[in-house]
Amino acid sequence: MMVFAFYLFAICVIAGGLFTVVSRNPVHSVLWLILAFLSSAGLFVLLGAEFVAMLLIIVYVGAVAVLFLFVVMMLDVDFAELKAEMAKYMPLALLIGLIILMQFVMAFGAWESNAAAEGLRAQVTGLNVQNTAALGLILYDDYFLLFQLAGMILLVAMIGAIVLTLRHRVDVKRQDVVAQMMRDPAKTMELKDVKSGQGL
Amino acid sequence: MVEFFTQTGLGMGLLLVGQVLLLVVPLLLALAFLMYADRKIWAAVMMRRGPNVVGVFGLLQSFADFLKYIVKEVVVPAGADRAVFFLAPMISFVMAMIAWAVIPFNDTWILADINVAILYVFAISSLEVYGVIMGGWASNSKYPFLGSLRSAAQMISYEVSIGLIIIGVIISTGSMNFGAIVQAQEGGGGLLHWYFLPHFPMMILFFISALAETNRPPFDLPEAESELVAGYQVEYSSTPFLLFMIGELVAVVLMCALVSLLFLGGWLSPVAFLPDGFFWMFIKMLGVFFMFSMVKAITPRYRYDQLMRLGWKVFLPFSLFWVVFTAFAAKFEWFWGIYARWPM
Repeated sequence: MMVFAFYLFAICVIAGGLFTVVSRNPVHSVLWLILAFLSSAGLFVLLGAEFVAMLLIIVYVGAVAVLFLFVVMMLDVDFAELKAEMAKYMPLALLIGLIILMQFVMAFGAWESNAAAEGLRAQVTGLNVQNTAALGLILYDDYFLLFQLAGMILLVAMIGAIVLTLRHRVDVKRQDVVAQMMRDPAKTMELKDVKSGQGL
Repeated sequence: MVEFFTQTGLGMGLLLVGQVLLLVVPLLLALAFLMYADRKIWAAVMMRRGPNVVGVFGLLQSFADFLKYIVKEVVVPAGADRAVFFLAPMISFVMAMIAWAVIPFNDTWILADINVAILYVFAISSLEVYGVIMGGWASNSKYPFLGSLRSAAQMISYEVSIGLIIIGVIISTGSMNFGAIVQAQEGGGGLLHWYFLPHFPMMILFFISALAETNRPPFDLPEAESELVAGYQVEYSSTPFLLFMIGELVAVVLMCALVSLLFLGGWLSPVAFLPDGFFWMFIKMLGVFFMFSMVKAITPRYRYDQLMRLGWKVFLPFSLFWVVFTAFAAKFEWFWGIYARWPM
């Protein structure tokens, strides 16, 4: 059962990655990418790392891919031009791909694992510790400062993005919510008796 | 016979399918009557009769609607992306259904008892937004596209505050399992031990965020039947439209279940002298659903900028403050330790 699930997810990851690259329509590409994310979350579950799997779905599928999809759907992409542009860099891309493939082959081709080593493999989390708790202990006890530092870096990036895009325009009408809530009929309406045939 | 179901692969598979059917069939049946109840409550507030023609008191109205939807013609707009067009309602429906796998109705009545159950529900509900976005985009039409962008932005905004509210409850419990969360609310005092007392502001915030997350009135801006066309669903008809509708309603009922589990003690009895049981869970869910219907009937629709302001400038800072407050209160056991319910 586990083996079947592993191959199902693995094939989905590879197919998702492949179609992300070869799809003609960029929106389809993002959808295939989402399939790849979801399937890798499935692989994490099979490894027993359910917390990481759920975070992968929440962060990458629930937030990052939605932003991708927003951008891609609203952009007006000229595919012919994009293809011509891509073709220029094709040799370079192939070269990089080839180098990475060679590295993988060299790294894993010569790897013979001893059968006895399987039994010696350390368990990632201690006995009777859920991986959520184990992850929390590592992040908040051992690497607390580094974790805070990572948060600070994200905060700086966020402030930078806001500063770059923030501009105050004076020529637009704004909604002042507090003023709107403070309004009452006495301040905004006045009833007047108008005699017929006469204006105000 | 017992060995067949616990030892062989076929038996275990059959058992699993049986359990899933045992959850899904009553859920869909209940949905038909909840839809009817929703319309009846709405009508009663407006002093109308509501559906009263099909069956006794109109009880079969939902089934008549169901038949009407499935025998209608499926219209696919010209230039629509057919695959994505039909995928969108399916995603909407399936995502709403599979979240129920981790919802317990009683101590052991649960399909998948996983450690990160609440994160799973949160992850699945963040996937629901794809049904909306894909449906709007694949229709190849301006109104659905703009409607889907509005709807998606709304759902993402309120997910943030829902996540923070849930973190407060997780801090108090020390676990992400629904069973553990409900057990943490158990105590001699009955309903005084439930989380709605220490986390009262968060229950209100969760309820309002749930309204926005499920596109219910007063936050039904994407649809806004009386002033706009129906947002991302404009081009849909027949069964695909029905799937969208069911998906939406299942998400609402799921939110009812979440409110009862997180804040109202799930299947625990409110008073000490009555036994705990699944019926309490159902009564609480129905109560929350009644609130959902009443809100639909008595509140005027929000404006879009007010909705965004409420989500980002009011709910997000307040729920963030509450997470910090809960963390302190749990760590230092303020207020007689009601915020710290960790199993010692």
